[in-house]
Formats: sequence, C-alpha cells, structure tokens
Amino acid sequence: MKKKSISYAKWGYIFLIPFFVAYLIFAVVPLVQTFYFSVLDYKVDTGMAPDIFNPDANVINKGFCGLDNFKFALSSEGEFLRCLGNTAIIWLIGFIPQIVVSLILAVWFTDIRLKLKAQGFFKTVIYLPNVIMASAISLLFYTLCIRNGALDTLLNKGSDLAITEKVWGARGVVGFINFIMWYGNTTIMLMAAIMGIDTSLYESAQIDGASPTQTFWKITIPLIKPILAYVLITSMIGGLQMFDVPQFIGGNQAGPKGSLKTVVMIIQNGKDSAIGSVGAISVMIFIISAILGFLTLKVMSDNSGKPKKKKPARK
Amino acid sequence: MAQLKKVLAGSFAVMMAATLMAGCGDSSSSTADTNSAAGDNTSKAADESKGGEAVAADNAESLDGLDSAKVVNIYCWNTEFKDRFEKYYWPNRDTALWDGVKYHFEVNTNEGNVYQTKLDEALSTQANDAMKIDIFLVEADYALKYVNGTAASDVKATIGLTDDDLKDQYKYTKDVMTDANGVLKGVSWQATPGLFLYNAVYARDVFGTDEPDKIQAELSDWTKFEAAAAKLKEKGIAIVSGFDDTYRCYSNNVSAPWVTDNKITIDPKLTEWVEQTKKFTDAGYNNKTGLWDDNWKAGQKIDGKTFGYFFSTWGIPFTLLPNTVNEEIKDDGSNAKVGNGGYGEWRACPGPQAYFWGGTWICGCATADNNDIVKDIMLKLTCNADIMASITEGEQDYTNNKTAIKKLIDGGYKNDFLGGQNHLALLTEAAEKIDLSNKLSAYDQGCNEKFQGAMKDYFLGNSTYDEALAKFKTDVKQVYSNLEV
Repeated sequence: MKKKSISYAKWGYIFLIPFFVAYLIFAVVPLVQTFYFSVLDYKVDTGMAPDIFNPDANVINKGFCGLDNFKFALSSEGEFLRCLGNTAIIWLIGFIPQIVVSLILAVWFTDIRLKLKAQGFFKTVIYLPNVIMASAISLLFYTLCIRNGALDTLLNKGSDLAITEKVWGARGVVGFINFIMWYGNTTIMLMAAIMGIDTSLYESAQIDGASPTQTFWKITIPLIKPILAYVLITSMIGGLQMFDVPQFIGGNQAGPKGSLKTVVMIIQNGKDSAIGSVGAISVMIFIISAILGFLTLKVMSDNSGKPKKKKPARK
Repeated sequence: MAQLKKVLAGSFAVMMAATLMAGCGDSSSSTADTNSAAGDNTSKAADESKGGEAVAADNAESLDGLDSAKVVNIYCWNTEFKDRFEKYYWPNRDTALWDGVKYHFEVNTNEGNVYQTKLDEALSTQANDAMKIDIFLVEADYALKYVNGTAASDVKATIGLTDDDLKDQYKYTKDVMTDANGVLKGVSWQATPGLFLYNAVYARDVFGTDEPDKIQAELSDWTKFEAAAAKLKEKGIAIVSGFDDTYRCYSNNVSAPWVTDNKITIDPKLTEWVEQTKKFTDAGYNNKTGLWDDNWKAGQKIDGKTFGYFFSTWGIPFTLLPNTVNEEIKDDGSNAKVGNGGYGEWRACPGPQAYFWGGTWICGCATADNNDIVKDIMLKLTCNADIMASITEGEQDYTNNKTAIKKLIDGGYKNDFLGGQNHLALLTEAAEKIDLSNKLSAYDQGCNEKFQGAMKDYFLGNSTYDEALAKFKTDVKQVYSNLEV
C-alpha cells in the first residue's frame, strides 16, 4: 500500500544532534585549542589577582614559540618522560595480575565441563569494585595503608611499615587498586569472547584426548586474540590517563620521591599557570593514545576471520 | 498518527537536550557542595546544618534566578566565617538593609590553590556577570595577591569605614591589607599570634607540673625545646605531632618573602626548619604525621601520645577543641567540662619562638552591588567591641579589637577549655610583636605546600636534601610557571 513513506533515518540523525553538539563544544573545540596553545609561550601569573576591568592583565602570552614547549616537557625539568615511566610502571603492576586473573576466571566461568554454580553472583561480585567511584576506593585504601592505618595495626609491626611512604609500596597500592577495579570488567569481556567460540571445537578436542591446558593454549587463546589485544590497548589508553587514584594515595607530594606522579598530574598541577607547556603534554598524550587506538583497529580487523566488534570503544 | 510520532520524537529530543543542560547546572553546583565538604577540615557538619536551618529562609542555596542586588554573595574556603556570620552577625544585622536580601556562601577548599583558582575565574568575569560577588575572604598566604590590583575595594573611600571605626584593630592586620598607595583593602575580625598548646596530663607526668610559666621555662628556646623533647621521648611521647608543626615558627620569621621580583628564594630560616625537623624525625621526637591528616588529628586526643601543637588563636575552636573531645560539644555547653576527652586538659604557653599563623580578612569586591551591607558586616564583625568580645567568649577566638580584649582581661577572663587559664594575656603580648612587613608574597600558599611536600621525602629518608630541594623546584615551577627558581 502506498502510504506517505516516512524516512526513519531522518529521526536517527535528529536524535544524534544533542550528542554531536555536546561533542563539538566540549571535545572538538578544546582539542583544537589545546593544539594551538601547545605552540604558544603562554603563561598565567597566578600570583596576581585578575583585574576586574582588564581580566587578561595577569596573562603572559609571548606568542608563537615553535616546539619550545615540547622541548621543555621532554627535558628533565619538564618531567614528561619520568612521569610517563611512572605511569607505565603503575599500569603494569595493575595490568599483569588483571589479565591473568581475568583469563583464569573467564575460562572457569565458561568451561563446559566445570559448570560452576551461582555464576551470576560471582560475576556481580567481581564487577562490583568497578561500579564504586575510584576516589572512594582510593580513600578506603589510603586509610588502610597510611602510617598507623589499619594495616599497620593489623600486622602489629609498630608504626614503621607505612607502605604508602615507600616507593614500591605506594606504587603497589595504586596498581592493586587498578587491578581490583578493572579485573571484573576484563573478565566479562573475555567471557564474551570465549563464549563466541564454537563449543564443538572443545568437544572434538576432548574426544581426541586434549587436556584442559592444551585446549586453553591451542583453542581459546588463538581465537580470543583480537579481544585480548583490544583489552590490552584500551587498558593502556586508560592507564595513560591515570590520575585520581595516585593523586589520592600520593597526596601533595605525589607519593614518595614523586613516584606516583603520572603525566596527567603534570597537567593538573600546571593547568592554571603553565598553559603552553601543559598543552604540549596534552598533545603528546593525544598522539600516544591515537597510535594505540590505531593499533587496536589494525589488530582487530586483520587478525581473525571471525566478525568482531570493529570500533575501539573507549574505556 | 504520524503527527503524534513527530510530536513525541520532537519532545524527546528537547528533553534530551534539556537534560544535557540540566546536567551541566547540576554538576557545577554539586561540585561546590563537595568542595565545601572536602575543605571543611574539622567536623563542623553538624553545626553547619543547624545554622542553616535556623536561618534557612535567608540563605540562598542556589543563585538561579535571583537578582544580584538582592543577594550578598560571599566567597570563602571553610565554614569558619559562615559560623561567625550566622551566629554573631545575623542577630545583630541592620534589618532595614537586609529587607528581602538573601545571602549565599560559595565554598571552595584552600588546598592546592583551588579557592584562589575559583575566585580568580569568578573575578575575571565580574564586570559582565549578572551575579556580582559582594565579599570574598583572603588568607595570609595570598592576601597580597588581592591587595594589589583592583579586585578588592577601598575599605575607607568605597565602603565607608572610618579611621575611628578601625582604631581598635591591631596595626599589623591593617598593614597587611594596605597596598602600595596606602589604600586599605580588607579588614579582619581576628589577630593570629601563635602559641604552643600542650597536653596538661603529659606535662604533669613528665615535668611534674602543668603550670604554663614553668612549662614555658622548659621550652623557652629551641635548645631547651629539644631537651624537653628528649625527656618526653623516654615516656614514649612526641613533643610535636609531625613534620610541619614547627614550620610556621620558622617561615613567619624569614628575612625575605618566598618570592621577590618573580624569583623564588629559600630563606635560611626554612633551611633551619628542615635541619631541625630531620633531627627530630630521626630522634623520634615526632610521630611523622602530616599537617591536617588523620594521625595528626588523633594526636590531639588527650592520650594521643603527642605533647603539644603550635596553634594560632583559631586553632583552639576550629581544630583542637573538636578533635580532642570525645563527645561533640552541645549547644547548651552542658558537656563542655573536664572529663569530656581533653576538655580542660590543655594549656597554652608562648613557646620557643614568637610567630603568627594564618588570619582571614574580609574584602569587599570592587563590583559589589551591596556595599552598604558589606559595610554593615565589616562594622559589626570587625569593629564592634561588644560583638567582638562575645566572639572571644563564645568561640575562644582572639578577636582583632584591643578594647574588647582588654575589657575581657580586666573582667577576669578564664578559659575553661584551657583549665581556667587566661590565655588572652599571652596572646595580647604576642600580638603586639607581630610584624608582617617583607614576609609575605602572593605565592606563599603553593610554595609552602610544595616545600613541605618535597621535604617529607627527606625527613622519611627516601631522598637526600638536594634531591628533595630539586623536587621542590620542579614542583613549584609547574604551579607558578612564570617564576624563576
């Protein structure tokens, strides 16, 4: 029957408008601005109150300065490389146990012979830490681990344990919090990947006498490789932006010897004053994230014959 | 049908857009709320809610849709001023001026320069904003920043206070707020001379007496202070709580401010503080706590294994009192007596070194549209001897009014919290000695925070002094990028 045809596609676009408007204003414009600031010798004297009738009086903008901001950020005083190293170490401390535990749990939960009971309960419980705010978990661990905190009392070693006052102790605590928060999320994702594998593969392997270890290394791992790569890289991008947990644990001096100072912390410290050099650091983080994102796309599109999610979702 | 769908779809789109906007509004206001909670160092939450209820009708929680001229908009960093305002100003206000006018507090925490940043953002758009700031408060650490420049209005010419109104205030509180042209930019209700407050139970235990004069004799200079520390150590008591406790004794006696002509200098006095604190830490004379943290507060309990704290006048009501009692002091004061935690078991003495700490000044904003009310607040809260005397009696604060204080001392003032001691006499002596000339810079907040933070590594043995110093220089340059180190 010939009715006036309604183009539903149109409504799709209309519904998308709010998102794109918000994205344009709150993401694209600041992004372009950041690139612009990163090549300016732009500082603000925060020791000077804004002049009410001339708000820019405390701005020291000496205009275009080429790549000076990047050079400064990469120098030892700019701390970018040191903080990138801190970020990587803390991320590794959290990520290695995270991927191992998640893989084990995902295999157990999906094993056709194991048939674990109360799976729903366990899945909820392991996902729970991810639902709580990072700052809330950090505060909990902070009170547990500081000098004279619960941990010191429990281990009864007097007050000199204070693990957050030692370089590796503080990094370990932050890494552990990241692990606790994210392993549930990773488990769910890996389970989805494993459940996508045809169970007849496992059955025939078992009939042929393959041990669980063999099925794990020969069937599961190769077939979930794209999702593993996806997990790895999104976690790296998330790790690069690490800020709240180390800030809570490390406080004003960013942990013992500044060992919890992540790259985003430099940005947070300097955002009111060192506009130019902080812009340069933001641009470098953007570039690193872009490369990682590009890698995800590449790994996911050509490594497997199976159709998988194409879009690199952000953490 | 199609029409209905269109209407529905359209209204959904509008709703989505609306939630987007509403989301923005909500998040900003909730940020302000959270900040106020975070900045509130002592547990004054109960007081706050009580005060809020009593005057709820006039306290505007949200500024949406209000006429700027009908709102007194106040920027501050904790509930101290709000408490004073609601308890001592509100009942004494000029009701004619306040007819139909509400007040609003915008609270952001001081730490990490958050308050300054928020205030600066607001000030920079004041000329065009519909909602004007009427009052903002400043702290000694960055008072100079707002004294210079145009943000604060002239207390005498613009707001209308006279020299006669201000005659009872301590000269130094006016000197700090006077700019290069001799214009007074703000006034304070308190003078902040520092004292050493000590635990009388431990004093009796270790020194055999809790009498302030005798304890002062044990602590009158740093050499004696150290000897006393060794004595206390034998009983497992730390003379001070942590690293930063003696900081103000040194940092407020420097020969030059942190920053001169955009260059940061580390004064020899600060190096002395580092040496002493390292020595104290290694010898176990402190409990290795950080200023304001939970362990630091726990030491203020009467059995907290800490002998004393360097505090200024505000430290008693705002920090020590709430931290030392076991049961929060009730409104009627029925539990304000010996037996409730450390109540009545603290004493004050001048300590080894005269110093001052902090201080809050009230500034009228240059664009304020309620200058008559600002004047009324300044008059009542910083000049009126009767109100000032009642603040000192009610809050143990040392108010900035010589007449009021003298009247109290002459009237045989006794402080029950300090076991009946008259600490006002001590403070009066100390207040006369305060001289802030050439000691303050506009960058003190960040410099102090970063210096204390960096040196913590040295005290804990994580790094050498030179490494810690290098870390301070890097850190401070990130916060104040225009300065040379």
